[in-house]
Amino acid sequence: MVKEEKEIANRPDNTAFTQQRLPAWQPMLSAGIVIPGFVLIGLAFIGIGVALFVTSRNITVLEIDYTGLEKDSPCFKCSNTDVKNCVCNLVFSIDSLFEGPVFFYYGLSNYFQNYRKYAASRDDEQLSGDLDAFAAPSDSCSPYDYNSNDKPIVPCGAIANSMFNDTFVLYRVVNGANKLVPLDGKGIAWWTDYNVKFRNPSVTPLKNAFNNTVKPIFWPKPAYQLDTSDPANNGFINQDFLVWMRRAALPDFRKLYRRITDGEYAKGLPAGNYSLTIAYNYPVQSFDGRKKVVFSNVSWMGGKNEFLGIAYLVVGSLCVLMSIVMLIVYAKFKFPEED
Amino acid sequence: MLRRRLNRWLGRDERRVDSRSICVGHRSSSNNEAFIPPKFCDNRIVSSKYTVWNFLPKNLFEQFRRIANFYFLIIFLVQVIVDTPTSPVTSGLPLFFVITVTAIKQGYEDWLRHKADNEVNKYPVTVLEQGRRVRKESEKIKVGDVLEVDEDETFPCDLILLQSSRDDDTCFVTTASLDGESNHKTHYTVPDTEKDLESLNATIECEQPQPDLYKFVGRMHIYKTDQEPAMRSLGPENLLLKGSTLKNTQTICGVAIYTGMETKMALNYQGKSQKRSAVEKSINAFLLVYLCILVSKALVCTTLKYVWQNKPGQDEPWYNEKTQREKDTNLYLKMFTDFLSFMVLFNFIIPVSMYVTVEMQKFLGSFFITWDKDFFDPEIKEGALVNTSDLNEELGQVEYVFTDKTGTLTQNNMEFIECCIDGFQYKYQDAGTDLDEFCVTDGPVNKVQHKAGREKEELFLRALCLCHTVQVKESPQQGQGQRDGLMDRVDGLGTDGEGLHPPPQEQRGFIASSPDEVALVKGAMRYGFTFLGFESKTMKILTRDNDVERYELLHVLNFDPVRRRMSVIVRSKSGDTLLFCKGADSSIFPRVRQEEVERIRMNVERNATEGYRTLCVAYKYLNAEEYAQADAGLREARLALQDREEKLMAVYNQVETGMSLIGATAVEDRLQEEAAETMEALQGAGMKVWVLTGDKMETAKSTCYACRLFQRNTELLELTVRTLEDGGRRREERLHELLVEYHKKAVQDAPPVKAGVTRAWSSANHDYGFIIDGATLSMVLNSSSESNSSRYKNLFLQICQNCTSVLCCRMAPLQKAQIVKMVKNSKGSPITLSIGDGANDVSMILEAHVGIGIKGKEGRQAVRNSDYAIPKLKHLKKLLLAHGHLYYVRIAHLVQYFFYKNLCFILPQFLYQFFCGYSQQPLYDAAYLTMYNICFTSMPILAYSLLEQHICMEVLLDNATLYRGIAKNGMLQWGPFFYWTLLGVFHGLLFFFGVRYLFGNPALQDNGQVFGNWSYGTIVFTVLVFTVTLKLALDTRHWTWINHFVIWGSLAFYVFFSFFWGGIIWPFLKQQRLYFVFANMLSSVSAWLVIILLILLSLLPEILLVVFRKPRGPHAGQMKPVHSSAGGHQSPRSSARPLLMRTFSDESNTVI
Repeated sequence: MVKEEKEIANRPDNTAFTQQRLPAWQPMLSAGIVIPGFVLIGLAFIGIGVALFVTSRNITVLEIDYTGLEKDSPCFKCSNTDVKNCVCNLVFSIDSLFEGPVFFYYGLSNYFQNYRKYAASRDDEQLSGDLDAFAAPSDSCSPYDYNSNDKPIVPCGAIANSMFNDTFVLYRVVNGANKLVPLDGKGIAWWTDYNVKFRNPSVTPLKNAFNNTVKPIFWPKPAYQLDTSDPANNGFINQDFLVWMRRAALPDFRKLYRRITDGEYAKGLPAGNYSLTIAYNYPVQSFDGRKKVVFSNVSWMGGKNEFLGIAYLVVGSLCVLMSIVMLIVYAKFKFPEED
Repeated sequence: MLRRRLNRWLGRDERRVDSRSICVGHRSSSNNEAFIPPKFCDNRIVSSKYTVWNFLPKNLFEQFRRIANFYFLIIFLVQVIVDTPTSPVTSGLPLFFVITVTAIKQGYEDWLRHKADNEVNKYPVTVLEQGRRVRKESEKIKVGDVLEVDEDETFPCDLILLQSSRDDDTCFVTTASLDGESNHKTHYTVPDTEKDLESLNATIECEQPQPDLYKFVGRMHIYKTDQEPAMRSLGPENLLLKGSTLKNTQTICGVAIYTGMETKMALNYQGKSQKRSAVEKSINAFLLVYLCILVSKALVCTTLKYVWQNKPGQDEPWYNEKTQREKDTNLYLKMFTDFLSFMVLFNFIIPVSMYVTVEMQKFLGSFFITWDKDFFDPEIKEGALVNTSDLNEELGQVEYVFTDKTGTLTQNNMEFIECCIDGFQYKYQDAGTDLDEFCVTDGPVNKVQHKAGREKEELFLRALCLCHTVQVKESPQQGQGQRDGLMDRVDGLGTDGEGLHPPPQEQRGFIASSPDEVALVKGAMRYGFTFLGFESKTMKILTRDNDVERYELLHVLNFDPVRRRMSVIVRSKSGDTLLFCKGADSSIFPRVRQEEVERIRMNVERNATEGYRTLCVAYKYLNAEEYAQADAGLREARLALQDREEKLMAVYNQVETGMSLIGATAVEDRLQEEAAETMEALQGAGMKVWVLTGDKMETAKSTCYACRLFQRNTELLELTVRTLEDGGRRREERLHELLVEYHKKAVQDAPPVKAGVTRAWSSANHDYGFIIDGATLSMVLNSSSESNSSRYKNLFLQICQNCTSVLCCRMAPLQKAQIVKMVKNSKGSPITLSIGDGANDVSMILEAHVGIGIKGKEGRQAVRNSDYAIPKLKHLKKLLLAHGHLYYVRIAHLVQYFFYKNLCFILPQFLYQFFCGYSQQPLYDAAYLTMYNICFTSMPILAYSLLEQHICMEVLLDNATLYRGIAKNGMLQWGPFFYWTLLGVFHGLLFFFGVRYLFGNPALQDNGQVFGNWSYGTIVFTVLVFTVTLKLALDTRHWTWINHFVIWGSLAFYVFFSFFWGGIIWPFLKQQRLYFVFANMLSSVSAWLVIILLILLSLLPEILLVVFRKPRGPHAGQMKPVHSSAGGHQSPRSSARPLLMRTFSDESNTVI
């Protein structure tokens, strides 16, 4: 009796797991599966690639550099940093209808929004409307947290401080007269940024919340005056501000400025001459930067991007090619154990 | 053990006093007024490492002594001190986790040790103080205390036995917990001490504590008021060791001489040296490479940063001014902190989690060995035992197997087969069994009477009955008598739980340290002479005529491996003094009259070639004069404090001369089940099997043939004392000559071995077997001149390496270890495995890379010192071929995969530095950085490394050659490592630049909005997690539900986590970086497309490789049973196998 119990206690469990005999699926990647698989994947990729490529080809992009370093540039006069409130006019023409909706981007190059110190230099609590953070900005904002008089800066930090402040007005030149093209500044920022992440303090009027604070050093006007015409686009939920606060991944980037969707331009920009009036405020020469404006329409895949289409085509053909090679090898050598 | 002893010698040399003096009962002798009671340590056993107070600092210190932990601590500190890109939490949290878990585990273990210590230290003992019996706690015992111990109690410290309740001044103890021998050993009181311990005034002088359990020398001076001080010698037979248990004796009194940590038990339990596996060494090498990669990455980035910043306008653009403090910082200091920041940023390339995963894999993986029901032996009702899980994978790398013979290849289940008396052969046959068709017998066998003279027969049988140290087992229940030895054994099994028992006996329980002796005594019993046991110092035997004869046992000249014989001196009733001696033929023949030798020698040699263990028996009459001389010599030698061993040996040699040979015995030691199959499989797997045995050459050789280590066509190269003496010249010269000759034969003339060619069964290739004996080996190793020595050693090694099997016979335990060490340190440092079952194998078990103990009959010492213990030799095959192979593949893949996945994890982050002004901006969010190794990619590889069977176990067992595929650490060489690294680099580049070109236009949504840098990182990370997991999925050949669950579960968890992490504004986060980034990413078709594209492109080469590599796939072996189990070869070979037809391996074939 005792013996039996002891035996039971010592004998290892005879389960599939302990004996390493769990039922298992043992996939075999044989040529019979892989070759058709590759062909299928290859064809699918080529299909997607063609679609992407065609789509990308159909996207129109108009890019104009207006840094003004060159003498013949209309903005040359503004490139001198001494000139304040400089305004320059960019004239361009469109040959055929620029299909809408047209998106209006501004682009900066050699501008490191992804610089680590820069990236950290913000206070999300402030930006979510926390009044305590108004009075005491986070350390990470340094050196843009307090001004020389030790007053807290709101919004603090390098990102906010360096907000892009060139403004653009687009005119269509019709018979020598400038006709304003309405630009839509709504929906250019992420919905969640606008609705959830960034919040103005619930103080009315908004100006009061900013008592005892100062505007960022480079800003011409405080946050509560970013768009006085529309309270839903003012303060921290100003869409231009939101767009700027979402930092670009690479040093050459573009950011959405406006959409051209209104009325007669909903279908696009008709052929003709256009004049872009630029309030040139943003200095870039000191770091060899460039500024540009970009007009582009978008497709289901976003903006123009030839890379994706080409990559799909290449990978697709590679798959097909490999399957052909494999087929040849297979036919010739008959993988020994596959009969 | 040897090394430890050596260390003790070297380390404590200066303060070592040769002996210590102890006053029995603290009564200082009047004669010795200058005596100052020396200070000895108390009797507290401290096996615990920590106390409550020092646990934290000491444990932390110990943990951070590990280089990896220290590295992570440094990284963490850098993160805390320097302004770094990632928060200290990212590396602090995993480190904290690892440290805490380890600390808890160690703390728990230490708590258990404390408990055990307390149990021992607080155990109540009885101390005799001034005639009173005082109960004390065990830890309060001081050297010199006189203790009283009752039956079945364990001795609390090392005692000198002063008084026993038994009439014959002996007591019985078992040392099962010390060396595993469960037989009762007899210990003797110090002769002629006074019965009244109160008045005993004595000092003991004995050597300083040393760990050898079987050695002790001491002297006792007894002072009596009216007489000269008497002196008594003390030997191991007077010493009761702490840890052994008193048996069959009501109570004893003894004086404590070694206490606490100075007891022999404590000295023997100083931890084993840590063995490290080859894989671990590879890991460390790879780590070094990755550390270099890490440092060079950081250096490159730092350099480029400052080069880049030199360009005007780049250092401090207006939009990103520096703080005042940053401006003030010294340039070089800034450079240094930048360097550190980069290090921190890239430190994930060496993940903490790898160590955790490797440890977990090893720990959990070893359970599969203990759980394996194939290792369960119904006889001893035990399965395999894993003493260390660090070496699992080493089981898949073994190149040399060193095996003991007795108890390992053979069962150590001795059976008396035949004897030869005066040249006539006697054979005992059981009715009905007909095992012996091949054995030639000359005449009717069962009738002892018709052969040698009756007188000789009886003398021989008496010799067998007297010349031994066997005890008759006394029943544990007093009074029940010894009616039924078999019953006793079963009862004993239930109580001592050690699973050890003497071999089966017919009626009587015999206990002996050597199973041969039991077999002999039982053999004598079959012929009518029964040993009845001891009665004080008298041995009783029952003769054929049912007379009880009594012999007074005068002296036992113990067996030792050098003399290879033992003797007893007895006095018969008629007053004759007789010496009976039994021992190996080589040690007996020179000591008997030569004319007797020849007749017996033939029998002995025939028995030996049949694989039996042979012993010769001799006797001589001692006349009174001779005896007196011998007695005096023995007593004197036993009293010696210095060189007692040598002196005893000299006396023994002197006494054991001029004997007459009576006969010889043959005892069979059966082969272990499936010994031959196992050996064949091991050789098929490319392992070289060396048999190291203390047995004599003929016996060992026939065992080798029986195990198919030597084949019919194996040419044996013999280098033994016999061959050395053949030439008739000086041994040294002959040795040289033979070595050169063999070397020429086996090494120079041998055709170059083609890689991958299985062991040549064909006659085209010549097989060599090498035989060497202990004496010759020591000549080879310790040659007189230094230059010769190393040259011989080289020649010897080269010959051995070209032989399929090597047999080393007549080895001392230390020589076994020497050989293992020599092979271990030879060129290419092959992985060695030692397997053995006895205490004499411990040294080689400890020496080899992997030590395997067999739960055999010779005690538990081998098992305790081994890394793995298995019940039977046959289990070795599965342990190595299946478990070892799988563990190796698993852990090798685990290691490579870990490095790979962290390389392609960190490479994009490195590349990103080129696009962010070398500002240490992390590409991934902190949560992703932390979770990548802990959650997203850890479980699949852990499951893989526990469950993968790239080839199923049956196939592995059937095709031993598969084992060669992973030999020489094949999967962790620089080649595969380079491949994996390349793969990691390829993937890393692909991930980063794929997304980089996508972000040429960051407007990726159909609403024209742009993505920022966190979207960039998240896309790269998503591709990364999926690719890395799917890569593992591609490598998985064995998909159990766990694999499915874990692989798809991890991916699902990643997606779920990303939604969750980005779906909530986390109040504790300073920046809501990932808020809705993941969801937004998924709303972009382009992001989807790029993710799919990059995953597929990364895996494409892998898939191709898998397809083209297929011929090496799992089924290849199954379809080609060419090298599978020796079935096909068995018939031709077995028909031609020499001599040994009745090995049990053949029979077990038919039984199973």
